[in-house]
Amino acid sequence: MKTYIYLIIFLLTTPLFSQPSGKEILNLIDKNLTARTRIMTAKMIINGARGSRTIEFKTWAEGEDRAFTEYTNPAREKGTKMLKVEDKLWIFSPSTDRIIQITGQMLRQSVMGSDLSYEDMMEDPDLTSHYSASVVASDTVQDRKCWVLQLNALAEGEAYEVRKIWVDQERYVPLREELYGKSGKLLKRTQLSEVTRIQGRWFPMKIVYKDMLKAGDGTQFIIVTIKLDEIIPENTFSKASLK
Amino acid sequence: MIKFLIKGLLRDKHRSRLPLIVVAIGVMLTVLMTTWITGVLGDSINLNAKLATGHVKVITRAYRESMDQIPIDLSLTGTQALISELKKDYPTASWVERIQFGGLLDVPDENGETKSQGPFAGFGIDLFDPDSGEAERLNLSNILVKGKLPSVAGEILVSHSFAEKLGINMNDKVTFIGSTMYGGMTIVNFTVAGTIRYGIAALDRGSVIMDISDARKALDMEDACNEILGFTAVDYYDDTKATELMTSFNNENSSGNDQFAPVMIRLRDQNDLGGLIDMMSGVVGIVSFIFILVLSVVLWNAGLVGGLRRYGEVGLRLAMGEEKGHIYGSMIAESVAVGLTGSVIGVAIGLLLSYLMQQKGLDFSSAMQNATMLLPGIFRTRITPEAWYIGFIPGIIATVLGTMLSGIGIYKRQTARLFKELQLQ
Repeated sequence: MKTYIYLIIFLLTTPLFSQPSGKEILNLIDKNLTARTRIMTAKMIINGARGSRTIEFKTWAEGEDRAFTEYTNPAREKGTKMLKVEDKLWIFSPSTDRIIQITGQMLRQSVMGSDLSYEDMMEDPDLTSHYSASVVASDTVQDRKCWVLQLNALAEGEAYEVRKIWVDQERYVPLREELYGKSGKLLKRTQLSEVTRIQGRWFPMKIVYKDMLKAGDGTQFIIVTIKLDEIIPENTFSKASLK
Repeated sequence: MIKFLIKGLLRDKHRSRLPLIVVAIGVMLTVLMTTWITGVLGDSINLNAKLATGHVKVITRAYRESMDQIPIDLSLTGTQALISELKKDYPTASWVERIQFGGLLDVPDENGETKSQGPFAGFGIDLFDPDSGEAERLNLSNILVKGKLPSVAGEILVSHSFAEKLGINMNDKVTFIGSTMYGGMTIVNFTVAGTIRYGIAALDRGSVIMDISDARKALDMEDACNEILGFTAVDYYDDTKATELMTSFNNENSSGNDQFAPVMIRLRDQNDLGGLIDMMSGVVGIVSFIFILVLSVVLWNAGLVGGLRRYGEVGLRLAMGEEKGHIYGSMIAESVAVGLTGSVIGVAIGLLLSYLMQQKGLDFSSAMQNATMLLPGIFRTRITPEAWYIGFIPGIIATVLGTMLSGIGIYKRQTARLFKELQLQ
């Protein structure tokens, strides 16, 4: 009789022990989404009050600290380049032949009228070192079972104090995210889809960003091609490459 | 009778001096307060009209919903046709296109890299067409501190303290960074032609003025602007005229659900100015009421003191058979004479001081360094027709009221005790 009771207790508690902790889930997400280097071509479809615009660009990124982006389309934006090195961001505009450093309030401004801010673009994709996480629920998103994680910033000064993410329980890729400010106000919502196997990792190829404080139907961020862990020449991340 | 009373007032200075001084001071303060409040509020309203609101403003319906954020993506398009229509339908008013926008001004060092930068409020106005009257409307020649007004494309004016903060000199090349009407990034070089000082902290902190053609080019706003300002023929805001204009325009353009359709709003609908306008129209009544109240209490008190001093005189007049009502009436008549004289003196001094403050003004600009509202740095009084008569209302009413209250004591005197009282004296 006693054996049966222990067996029932074991069977009832097993699912609890099998659920990974918030930190473990974050580590698995980071393993999927972070790479030593990334080279990608992508486009942003911005759905504004006066219709849609598509902006195309190519990005070279190394780790969390260095990224270089060149806009290739449309004509008005073509040739504009951005360089991120650690916490600094520079923009080069061919029409003015100037390299401009973006700082302070400007970092919170929209990039090319999209629902992404410069801060979002510069954000460190490694969540583990910036947030503590706890599993608060489970849910179904895009017909896939998800853990719902609440992330709280470890230090002051993060662009988003609290994040709520829905993580695919099998692939460990976020499928939905809600970003909250210090006051607890919902600032942005993202929807990640078209999860594709790339070099042994699961990667969302389409992200829809919606700035909740802005009119319009949000911005679609579509990755056209992506190569992970390729060698990027060192001079790509120098200011000389902007001109 | 009146001549007799006036003689009494002149010969017995104790009877008239104190009430006269009190009335004159009170009336002077009433006049000064009225001209001060009218001046300060009126200047604020005019300033807002010229810089930001117009007497009326045409914008899109969508822009109206989030006007505080100045969303240029919700601007008017096809503005040349719209302006022609406005000029044809409302020829007595003048109509000007404006582009208000925000952005970042970046100053390069000798290597072309960022030396300093700061956010600013930008104004695209019609500077190059002398018929637009915009340079005069914004008083640009007078507020120019250094350099000159822009005369060719690509030249801008920068607020002086902003220029000093960023280390900008005349003819320096600076770069504007912002967003176009369609949300794209725009980076454009400009040359600083001059610096200006508005004397308005909110603008002096960081603002840029450029010709509307330059703003259009930079913000991708061909044949577009975010605001069309309308100014009625008179130099001050007339709420009735503005309301008529707005009703007429909006009736013509009310059909359909297009969020980019034009809509007209009045000055009072913007920047919380409605409250200021209501306050201005009510200010004369409020000031008069306060001074009537204060003066009445003071003069009531003075009347009581006078009544004590004239206790014997009133008793004697009653003993000689003069009726209480007649004595009461003659005292009120005396108070009218005192009130009138005091008011004339008070109005004269009040107007003189108001005139001086209208000409010189009081400089409060240093106290308003962090002001976010559009307020003039120098506050001035304004002498309006009301200022000539407003002082007489509290001046006469308060004197009569004070005398009426203190004179009630006459009716409490008992004739039977009069002789005893007079004997004692």
